[in-house]
Amino acid sequence: MSDEILGEITASEYKYGFTTEIESDTVPPGLNEDVIRLISSKKNEPEWMLEWRLDAYHTWSEMVEPDWPNVHYQKPDFQAISYYSAPKQKKNLDSLDEVDPELLKTFEKLGISLDEQKRLSGVAMDVVVDSVSVATTFKETLAEKGIIFCSMSDAIQEHPELVRKHLGTVVPKRDNFYAALNSAVFTDGSFCYIPKGVHCPMELSTYFRINEAGTGQFERTLLIADAGSFVSYLEGCTAPQRDENQLHAAVVELVAMEDAEIKYSTVQNWFPGDAEGKGGVFNFVTKRGICERNAKISWTQVETGSAVTWKYPSCILKGDHSIGEFYSVAVTNKFQQADTGTKMIHLGKNTKSTIISKGISAGKSHNSYRGLVRVGARAENARNFSQCDSLLMGDQCGAHTFPYIEAQHPSAQIEHEATTSKIGEDQIFYCNQRGIGTEEAIALIVNGYCKEVLNQLPMEFAVEAQKLLEISLEGSVG
Amino acid sequence: MIKIKDLQAGIEEKEILRGIDLEINAGEVHAIMGPNGSGKSTLSNIIAGREDYEISAGTIDFEGEDLMDLSPEERAHKGVFLSFQYPVEIPGVTVSNFIKTAINESRKGRGEEAMEAREMLAMMREKTALLEMDKSYLSRSLNEGFSGGEKKRNEIFQMAMLQPKLAILDETDSGLDIDALRIVANGVNKLRSKDNAVLVITHYQRLLDYIEPDFVHVLYNGKIVKSGDKSLALELEAKGYDWIKAENA
Repeated sequence: MSDEILGEITASEYKYGFTTEIESDTVPPGLNEDVIRLISSKKNEPEWMLEWRLDAYHTWSEMVEPDWPNVHYQKPDFQAISYYSAPKQKKNLDSLDEVDPELLKTFEKLGISLDEQKRLSGVAMDVVVDSVSVATTFKETLAEKGIIFCSMSDAIQEHPELVRKHLGTVVPKRDNFYAALNSAVFTDGSFCYIPKGVHCPMELSTYFRINEAGTGQFERTLLIADAGSFVSYLEGCTAPQRDENQLHAAVVELVAMEDAEIKYSTVQNWFPGDAEGKGGVFNFVTKRGICERNAKISWTQVETGSAVTWKYPSCILKGDHSIGEFYSVAVTNKFQQADTGTKMIHLGKNTKSTIISKGISAGKSHNSYRGLVRVGARAENARNFSQCDSLLMGDQCGAHTFPYIEAQHPSAQIEHEATTSKIGEDQIFYCNQRGIGTEEAIALIVNGYCKEVLNQLPMEFAVEAQKLLEISLEGSVG
Repeated sequence: MIKIKDLQAGIEEKEILRGIDLEINAGEVHAIMGPNGSGKSTLSNIIAGREDYEISAGTIDFEGEDLMDLSPEERAHKGVFLSFQYPVEIPGVTVSNFIKTAINESRKGRGEEAMEAREMLAMMREKTALLEMDKSYLSRSLNEGFSGGEKKRNEIFQMAMLQPKLAILDETDSGLDIDALRIVANGVNKLRSKDNAVLVITHYQRLLDYIEPDFVHVLYNGKIVKSGDKSLALELEAKGYDWIKAENA
């Protein structure tokens, strides 16, 4: 019985599958020094930025693609990807009215009406369609507090000293294959700076979206919270349906200075591929934050999309008394594969980290948790608590857990708990008997299972995340 | 209200029910007693719509409709309620969220509006008081970490909230101490009316001291072998099931 239902639910179509007809300005496929020079000059970048990119490119050229993740896919042909794509009518916009109406319609279909967002929710958004920022809102309000929230391209032009000082300090150019690629070719992304002692008065939010067939997207995000400041940052993604695989290799760097706190929330819903496992986004992302003394970084992610995900939002707990947190829900369905988790690197004394990971696998998908907890030789009294739960739906999916623990200080306290469960027919029948249909029952059970993580999301996002869970498990969890 | 005719059913080739005939009218309380393995739980599961069973013959008519044509949730919408012998745990889903979903999904199924939050809250207060439950129950995860007695009380709480036409209590007395038994039975009695019916399934006469049945049936080897009034329950208590077994050997 439940297999049938699971099958039905798993078979539901990707609801955000549509494309917008906007003329794009695309660089021919392929990657070489000239392409990088072209990107850099199109963006009117200073010389140091070009040098930085070229250095990353040379590093990348000598690297090989990693094969240790528990995922299988056709390796992208890096010479077949176009590394720059921007909506064509690119000029500075004074208001939303000037934005291409087609584009606005797209956002509406996604349930993200900028107008609504602006008026009702007080969320400032830096909207990224393909690679160029289209509209930035609430800039003035933020500027009054000295907060800088803009596209990475603008930041390079207007705040070169900040960018130059911090770019690549958390995720170095040679960190890994995809980080190096991103460093060479990133086209845009978000930049945020919160001055000393400032509590950012609103949630900062960016929506990323891939909109051009065969275009790789390489976002670069840099978020700096100066001493004693606080910021909550939301990042959401949806992508239109495509037949060929699309590569998404982003880098996110967070810098939390003394006593600062950064809360970074992600809802990721890239196209996961169709029912046969064709198409879908490759999501190979490097996200990392560094905490100075007494600082705190909290990552929360709800991952429902992408054909292949390879992602480990991490914290380097460099300063004494710093705190790292990772809350994750990863859903895989159909033929999706996810290898995700975190790294908590304890360097300072009395550092603390918490990891709560909830994996949900349905259909023929595979879901892996991979996490590293490392306690350095000087990290006296470091503490970690990890909880990794897996929920299986049906009998054709897989859940895997790869915890790595390295403790170099005798005072380290590391706890790891893991469970694997299945949504049982008994649970579903119990709900049915109370008048709750199977799909609603699954949504209810899954939301209950993910509650600890969903509770970490800001209100606006929690609702969207719940909706997403229901959509991605519709006919898949029941 | 419900008419069961010649119901024959089994699981994986094994015959369990061998022709059950049972009619329950509105306002009545029936008790089914019988030794282990006689088919009591199978009968309640089949009425509720559990799909693990092979039904080879018979009909179940519920207020003029054939229950066999309906999914378990549709049966619930029509007013069939089963108090589970082993209620399941659903971590992270609070009792109040669960019952709210159950009530509103049932209303939706009947084409009715969702219940207003204020009304729902008032009703939850009233029913928790009826079952002498602390309000903190409502914010606990459904059945998670509940004692046996708490689970059964929570079943009757849900019954009180859903106000079914036919409530089947499958061994609701098992695992209850005497105080909890009194509270649960008291709750059931308060919910009795001329418009609804109760089917009590039990091993022991004990529960029937509190919930007085109009009819008692003895189920043995997949058949109702004896029916009578509540004195039959007392007779069974005194003599045990052996004489039934001997009579039907």
